[in-house]
Order: sequence, then structure tokens, then C-alpha cells
Amino acid sequence: MTESSLDPASATYRHVIPAGDWWVHEIKKGQTLRILDLEGNQAADTLFYSAADPTERYSADGTIQAQQALYLTTGTKLMSTEGNVLLEITADTCGRHDTLGGACSRESNTMRYAHDKECMHACRDSFIRGAQEWKVELTKRDIACNINFFMNVPVSPEGGLTFADGISAPGRYVEMVAAMDVVCLISNCPQLNNPCNGWNPTPVEVLIWDVLERGL
Amino acid sequence: MKTLYEKTLTGAGMWSGVISRGKRLRLTDLEGGANVSMLLYNALERNERYNMPDTLKGQHIFYLRAPYCLHSDMGRLLASITADTVGWHDTVCGHSDAARVLSKYGEHNYQQARNEWHRNGRDCFLIELAKWGLGKRDLVPNLNWFSKVVADEAGKLSFVPGHSKAGDFVELRFEIDTLVVLNTCQHPFYPDPVYRPRPVKLDVLAGEAPGPEDPCFAVRPENLRAWENNETYHTLRS
Repeated sequence: MTESSLDPASATYRHVIPAGDWWVHEIKKGQTLRILDLEGNQAADTLFYSAADPTERYSADGTIQAQQALYLTTGTKLMSTEGNVLLEITADTCGRHDTLGGACSRESNTMRYAHDKECMHACRDSFIRGAQEWKVELTKRDIACNINFFMNVPVSPEGGLTFADGISAPGRYVEMVAAMDVVCLISNCPQLNNPCNGWNPTPVEVLIWDVLERGL
Repeated sequence: MKTLYEKTLTGAGMWSGVISRGKRLRLTDLEGGANVSMLLYNALERNERYNMPDTLKGQHIFYLRAPYCLHSDMGRLLASITADTVGWHDTVCGHSDAARVLSKYGEHNYQQARNEWHRNGRDCFLIELAKWGLGKRDLVPNLNWFSKVVADEAGKLSFVPGHSKAGDFVELRFEIDTLVVLNTCQHPFYPDPVYRPRPVKLDVLAGEAPGPEDPCFAVRPENLRAWENNETYHTLRS
């Protein structure tokens, strides 16, 4: 657990993402992005792209390989598919975040739960719409394995993997500094079929601080 | 089962091809200590691809073994693991790239070493993907057959050496016409300080599509529902 010294009152950008909605925004090199879990146990499914060349994007396997560990927390470098650091996590009051669980989709909900769950809203539809609205149109092809901030997917030494109850709570946050200009795409998860959102999807807030306002 | 095709890949070799529904691909570790990095795509709709998260969360498992399945990102199955003498295959650690191979094994370029030069998993994937019109945007977390990596309670990963022995094999049955892209570069965490990727034999075998009672679908209700989605896809397509 690492707390931040940044004051929300000095943030240059604040936006609340309702559950089930998407958000796409550029984070400039040196800026700090905070994702705040307003009501607790809310999965924020997140993708990053290089703003200069979106074919360079967040790599879950590259991030796991670089730290030789599964969970994301303070000190984790979020790696790109080109082996570059996109952002580094600098504060985290939740403790750990997932990058194995991926995003829910209407198609995978039929596999995971029941064929009649196909009608339910899902993250990958939000990712598709957010990606299409970026300045350079991105497509399904650009949507790969994401980060699930505030989500708890423990892996056992025997190789079991479960979506467990969340370890987040109201007011917990994760903060990261951009090492290059990046595009951030968030789907605030609408999943109702497992405990990843505490069975009750709620809003998250995103805050951005400029380089000079980091108390330097 | 009748063998339709066989090929022995050198260490750090690469291969790609379309294998149709029902056929099997057997990978054999000839010397022990091999690794096969693999990506899979629906041969006709190549933006449908192997999805590590759906494969893991759909089956509540962190690794792969028989009789589990390889899921696409569209709620369908690409392949099932029908035979397996190894019992644990990694899919979370990705593949090596030029920088990792250089820092681990030193400079060994083509100019100096001719065909003994050091290849890496990323370059091999990108070369074979390009032959099917695919590229960097299609590179996603891959499978690493024959390699075992375990996580401790804190999530720290350890490579388990000596896991796959000479003669060990794994066999996949394709559940949809599938583009298979693979290479035999070492696992990124392979501890051998000497660059010594191992040869692997590929056998493609004739076979039939399975029914709903198949052990790969009985192991998890999620797999049976995914197979039902395949059946719908094939009914509409045929």
C-alpha cells in the first residue's frame, strides 16, 4: 500500500465514469492518472496505447514477464508490446490488481454462464465503442488483454484461478505516471454474473495532474 | 490415426499453416526441455483469435493440460487438448524478444554465425503472421507448450526446470478451421545460460469432429457451451 501526496483539488482534469460506460483520453508524458474506486469493489477494465503509434499497446504478458510476477501494484511498470514502459504505478491503496482475467464479453458470457446471458452488457462492447471514437479509429483487432484495476483474481500454487470477492473498498485508488504520451481506454465493468463488481457495478472517477503540480 | 503431414523443426524454428476442423496436431519434444510458442486464429475470420483470459477464467485454471480446451475471444473453441504426457503448459509469460535474447545470451548475429544465429520468439511470430496478412496488431498472449511456470501466494513466478522429457508429447484437436502460428524458441524464463533451443516434431493426423460427450467438453460446463457455439457457427456457415 502506498498513499499519494497529490491533492484532488489541484487535479487539472476530473471525470466520473458511470458503470457500464467507456472513457478514452490522452495522458501526456509526465502526467499522473489516478483511478478512484468511489463506492468499492468496482473493476475498471483498462487498455493503454502509445498516442504516437497505437499499434504499440499495453502488453499483459510483457508486463508479467518484466516483473516475473502476476499482480500489479506500486512499482509495476506497465509494458508495451514493443518492450517500452507506458506508465509506472506510483501509488496504490488497494494492494493488487489483475491482468489475467481479461474483459467480459457478450460472447464469453454465453460460455461462462448461460446462453441466455448473451443480451447482457459487457466490457468488450464498451471497448469497441471507445476504440472507434479515438482520433485514429481502432478496431476489435486492437483490443487485447487488459488490466483490471481493483479486481482480485488469485492464482494458487497448484494452478487454480478464481474470480474472488474484491479487496477494494470505497475511496481506494491506484495512481500511475505516464512514461510516454499514451491513450487510456477504460470500460467501467457492467458484469453482474460474478463478484468482480461486488454484484453491484458503481462509478469510478479518473483524475489527472500535470507534471508541474506533483508537488515538485 | 493416419499421419497426413510430418515435419521436424530445429530449435528456434518456425511454422504456420491452416489445419481444418477435426484434424489433430501432435507436438513431440524430441530431446527434452523444448518449448513451443503458439498463437491460433480462426482461419476464415482472423480477427477471432486465441484468448488467454477467456481460456483461463472459463476453465478456472492457470495453466493448460488435457482434457482442457483453447478458447477464442468469441465464446468458441479453437482446439481441445486430447492427449498430453506433460500435464502443465504455460500461457501467461509471453515470448522472448531480441532485447531479452541479446541480454541473456550475448551478440550472435547472422553475419557472424550464419544459420546458428540467435532467433527470438517475437521475430518468428511476426515473420509467420505476415504470411497470412497479419502483423503486430494480431500479436496477443501466446501458449508455451512443454513449459511449466508456477506462481506463489504473492504472484511471484518460477520456471520449473526439467519438466518436459525426451519423447513427451501433446496433441490438439481443432474444433474450427484454424490458422496455427508457432515457433520453437526457448521460454523467456528458460534458465539455461547457453542458447540451446530444442527440436520439436510436428505430426498432423486425420480425425473426426467430436460429439457432445467428449471428455474435453465434460470437464467443464463452459467448454460444452462453447462447443455449442461452435456448432451454431458451423451450422450457419455450412
